[in-house]
Amino acid sequence: MSTPTPTKNEPSYSEAFQAGVREEMALNPDIFILGTDLQERGGHFAQVKGIFQEFGNERVRDTPISEAAMVGAGLGAAMYGLHPIVDLNFIDFSLGAMDEIINQAAKMRYMFGQPVPLVIRATSGVAQGGAHHCNSLESFFAHTAGLSVAVPSTGRDVKGLIKTALRSPDPVIFLMHKKLSGARSAAAPDNELIPFGKANVVRKGKDAVIITYGYTIVTALKTAEAFAAKGIEIEVIDLRTLFPLDTEAINDAVKRFGRVVIADEAPLFGSITGEIAASASEAGFKDLKGPIVRVGAVRAPLSANPAMTDATIPNVESMSVAVQKTLNY
Amino acid sequence: MVLIRQFEETADKLTLRGKVPGGMHNSSGQEAVAVGVLSALAPDDVIATTHRSHHHTLAKGMSAREVMAELFTKVTGISKGRGASMHLGDFKRGHFGGNGIVGAGVGIAMGAALGIHIRGDHKVAVGFVGDGGMNTGRTWEALNMAVIWKLPFILVVDNNQYAVETFIKRVTGGDDLAARAAGFGVPAYTINGQDVLEVRKYVEEARERALAGEGPTFINAVTYRYMGHNVGEKGLYRTQEEIEDWRKHRDPIDQFSEKLIESGELSQSEFEAMKKSVTDEVADAVAFAESSDEPGIETVEFGVDSGLLGARN
Repeated sequence: MSTPTPTKNEPSYSEAFQAGVREEMALNPDIFILGTDLQERGGHFAQVKGIFQEFGNERVRDTPISEAAMVGAGLGAAMYGLHPIVDLNFIDFSLGAMDEIINQAAKMRYMFGQPVPLVIRATSGVAQGGAHHCNSLESFFAHTAGLSVAVPSTGRDVKGLIKTALRSPDPVIFLMHKKLSGARSAAAPDNELIPFGKANVVRKGKDAVIITYGYTIVTALKTAEAFAAKGIEIEVIDLRTLFPLDTEAINDAVKRFGRVVIADEAPLFGSITGEIAASASEAGFKDLKGPIVRVGAVRAPLSANPAMTDATIPNVESMSVAVQKTLNY
Repeated sequence: MVLIRQFEETADKLTLRGKVPGGMHNSSGQEAVAVGVLSALAPDDVIATTHRSHHHTLAKGMSAREVMAELFTKVTGISKGRGASMHLGDFKRGHFGGNGIVGAGVGIAMGAALGIHIRGDHKVAVGFVGDGGMNTGRTWEALNMAVIWKLPFILVVDNNQYAVETFIKRVTGGDDLAARAAGFGVPAYTINGQDVLEVRKYVEEARERALAGEGPTFINAVTYRYMGHNVGEKGLYRTQEEIEDWRKHRDPIDQFSEKLIESGELSQSEFEAMKKSVTDEVADAVAFAESSDEPGIETVEFGVDSGLLGARN
């Protein structure tokens, strides 16, 4: 199976976000966006480009660089009944608002029964920019009771998942991978909603499976191509959301293949891949032909040197080694 | 104010007897700030407050029963037993929660003010913070945001002068909180937080400005807490003489009741009757809390999220 060649007419990943938000804003006057550099620039990844021009100053609000107040503003407005999107540009900047996210937004429903319809959008993942612009914090958010975490890898998923998030009464951490910002792919059907907690088989296989999300999907597909040349068919499953997690699809894959690689580009120690591997082992130990093999980043802050950046995260070579390991059992 | 005082004195004793899981922060002495602010607000105005919030909550109109039951973490409590002393709240009645994190209520109230502004509602939001919250950055981030967007927001410093055990002057550069706030381009006042009518007057004016679209106000209401930061504290950081001086000479209830009796608006016997009635109300609240059910451990995973995104709950 080969990936269809994208054409210029297809929307980019960032444009898919714009489209989803625009559709929902037109339907729901309670939705508004706040963040830095949104109005003229359209956000650092063009993720909201044109939305200010269409919806105006009240619904696309430029803020000072005050992350705690940005999330606080979104949180208070959400609990008042609106549906804000707080755009942090980079998820690294959420660390200046961690109390507002972890202690406040995530816990309000449990303590007070109060819905918090709040989307915190940020670009995540490893690219250029060094240690302060490339954190992979998704495991931490997924670990926090009360938060849902979306990690789409395609424009279609971006659009369908943001539309679902904007109809949910719960706080959602919406993480878009920076290396995918300009990636073009087939436009989503109009008004398509993609549910949280439903993984997607992006490549069918029969010998082993790679379970991953975000940009690592691209690496996994390239790895699968390489194995296909040798006559080995690797399935690739895109989790799409980390909480809720599609444990049914994961356990089903364990059962079908018994040879499982779980990958992401967060530091391996403490990554959500460990949680997935452990729970999948508990559920499907008898079906496993060998240990589940994990692939992740080394446990180091990211170096800005391009070769060192590449050496930090999984690539086709390291993923192939992992797949081969499962095949050897 | 009499209700708050008696509620706190009773709850303090119950805490020492182990009835209040996690303990509590006593607001005795700070009644005039709570009553002054809340009496200037409309019932559906929004407040968000701090770890020391019994007085704000009672002044907001929540009953002694539902607050006491929450201190006992009973299912009849205002937060259904999940919050206890620090997490009192009822959003339907404009109470956006106490908070265990210093300064967090300021951001929440500012966000609620943004919601009010966007909806065009005729309301204001008040963020309470202690003097300790004057030295956390988020407070000033939130005030700045309220200024640039001219939000209907009032920042009230319930300034009891001690951040846990640290005297405010030891840890505050510039020494003048109103001057600090004025630097953000906001009307800023330091007022006598022991005088309920003075507090009310400043908040009424702030509310008028907010409703007129003129943006936020900063009010530093200087008060004093009689008891420790938390129940059972040793209190080596201040003298008994200092506490007695505030109790004897600047008590908010004494000052206000004397003024009312002097002007003939309240008789001594009416005041005594009021105190007796409050004693009964607090005793009833304790009995209610004692006899209420526990939330039930089978509910421990309920209500983490809506379940609409596919999570279990």
